[in-house]
Amino acid sequence: MKFLLDKHKKVAPLFERGGKFEKFFPIFEAHDTLLFTPGEVTKTSSHVRDGIDLKRLMITVVVALVPCILFALYNTGYQIHYAYLHGALPLDDWQTNLYLWIVGALGQSSDSMNPVLHVIHGALYYMPIFIAAFASGGVIELFSAIVRKHEINEGFLVTGMLIPLTLPPTIPLWQVVLGVAFGVIFAKEVFGGTGMNFLNPALTSRAFLFFAYPAYMSGDNPWIAANFQGIDSFSGATLLAQAAASAGALADASWWNAFAGFIPGSMGETSTLACLLGAVLLIITRVGSWRTMAGVVLGTVAVTVLFNAIGSETNPMFDVPFYWHMVLGGWALGTVFMATDPVSSAFTDLGKFYYGLGIGVMVVLIRVVNPAYPEGMMLAILFMNMFAPLIDHFIVQANIKRRMSGYA
Amino acid sequence: MLEHYLSLATKAIFVENMALAFFLGMCSFLACSKKVETAIGLGAAVTFVLVVTTPLNALLYHKLLKEGALGETINIEFLTFLTLIGTIAAMVQIVEMTLDRYFPVLYNTLGIFLPLIAVNCAILGASLFVAERDYTVAEGAVFGIGSGIGWTLAIVALAAVREKLRYSNVPKPLRGLGATFIVVGLMSIGFMAFSGIQL
Repeated sequence: MKFLLDKHKKVAPLFERGGKFEKFFPIFEAHDTLLFTPGEVTKTSSHVRDGIDLKRLMITVVVALVPCILFALYNTGYQIHYAYLHGALPLDDWQTNLYLWIVGALGQSSDSMNPVLHVIHGALYYMPIFIAAFASGGVIELFSAIVRKHEINEGFLVTGMLIPLTLPPTIPLWQVVLGVAFGVIFAKEVFGGTGMNFLNPALTSRAFLFFAYPAYMSGDNPWIAANFQGIDSFSGATLLAQAAASAGALADASWWNAFAGFIPGSMGETSTLACLLGAVLLIITRVGSWRTMAGVVLGTVAVTVLFNAIGSETNPMFDVPFYWHMVLGGWALGTVFMATDPVSSAFTDLGKFYYGLGIGVMVVLIRVVNPAYPEGMMLAILFMNMFAPLIDHFIVQANIKRRMSGYA
Repeated sequence: MLEHYLSLATKAIFVENMALAFFLGMCSFLACSKKVETAIGLGAAVTFVLVVTTPLNALLYHKLLKEGALGETINIEFLTFLTLIGTIAAMVQIVEMTLDRYFPVLYNTLGIFLPLIAVNCAILGASLFVAERDYTVAEGAVFGIGSGIGWTLAIVALAAVREKLRYSNVPKPLRGLGATFIVVGLMSIGFMAFSGIQL
């Protein structure tokens, strides 16, 4: 490290103001702060209580995401092999072919239920998407940092980690690149980069892909990377879509399976348990707002109880209890990592609670009432992102009014 | 019956939001959304005009303009646009005079956009939807209220977002209306949550 630090110090003047490579300062700076602590210190009297900065904030979220990512690696492979057991055939794509070659080289059978093989097979699907998301987003971030002369922010680390988790394993890589580009450019860079956007960039990416390429993002096929041709006994649809289609679907399924995450779905969204581990870290470090999460839980429970009471003859979603809503689809991932995004949520403490409440209400509403989108978490959060500034506005105004009346 | 009107109103507010699903009434939507207070004022004015003109126009359409309304052989549907706009313009005049007299501050901040409500496509749009979908007068009233609330909701949310974005660092060529257009586009992605709901 000493050697690297010396090297860095030596080339630093080249990148600073007036240096030869002044233009590329963001690249140098990103590399520098990734490896070492920034050298700048506050010059006047400072009032720092804690050294928390954007970097530490974002890294905490990344650490909180690790359980989700590990589980995504495992479950993506597990689902494929589970489907093989029910008669599905291997897909004819490079990931599966490479996997079959590896398995052959190891002398194992291709439909073995060995967890290590699951992780390998899952990684073959997850890693290309992960790399594509990071590479495309990173290039855009770098380019805009140079053009707009701002620093490269760690905010992208989180966005880049979240996007692959919200995508199905079979998505073509060019779509990943396109989605990331749309999200990063139009939801973030257009407004000036990290901290200045009003929509969550990761969700905007997903919403863009969802509406632009519905065939790859919904229905029965994309969630498990296996070939279901000619098999009636096994469905590759998500549990949420099955529940919307028929009343008996949840009765046959195991809640604990869904809670642990052994169900088909977007790669990182299936495990409520993994998200819960992340939530604990976020709440303890106070990086994620517990008020938002509490709001979402409360909103979900309230509206579900209401719908259960109303009941419906034709729509099976009316009868889904709240503890099922919380383990299905993107509810957990959205609540813990997307809704608590400090930039796009409400800023005031009370506002955060109402904002979460709105998400909880909206997600159940969309899931139950809108047959087109059984998966409602993404749209519910985007919808409330839009109204978060308004919530803040009213809370600030109410506070001003209250204080004024105290002086009158 | 009540259920029918309730679903019609919900549809008008969320599913077929005038501003974010049909992109009607864009000029004042973009121009008067810099401050939340102004947006609320304009939204109230538009809602009021909608509430009065939509059922009135529905009445006119059914009793006067529709083919066969005046007699077997008479068809004056070609006068639809003229009549509907006439009603709207008259209403806007009344609203303008009322605001000038009782809410001079709001009157001044809205400026030219208040008389321009007369040519606000959201309002003419609502009246034309009534004609196209053959709504009754009562349905027209509900649809008018719903459209007005929906449009107000959209413009107030946009105003709050724009107040927040004042601290953003938008690239120079996009500042002002350019960025606002992008914001509106992103907002309508959020409103797509409701598309496809059958009521």
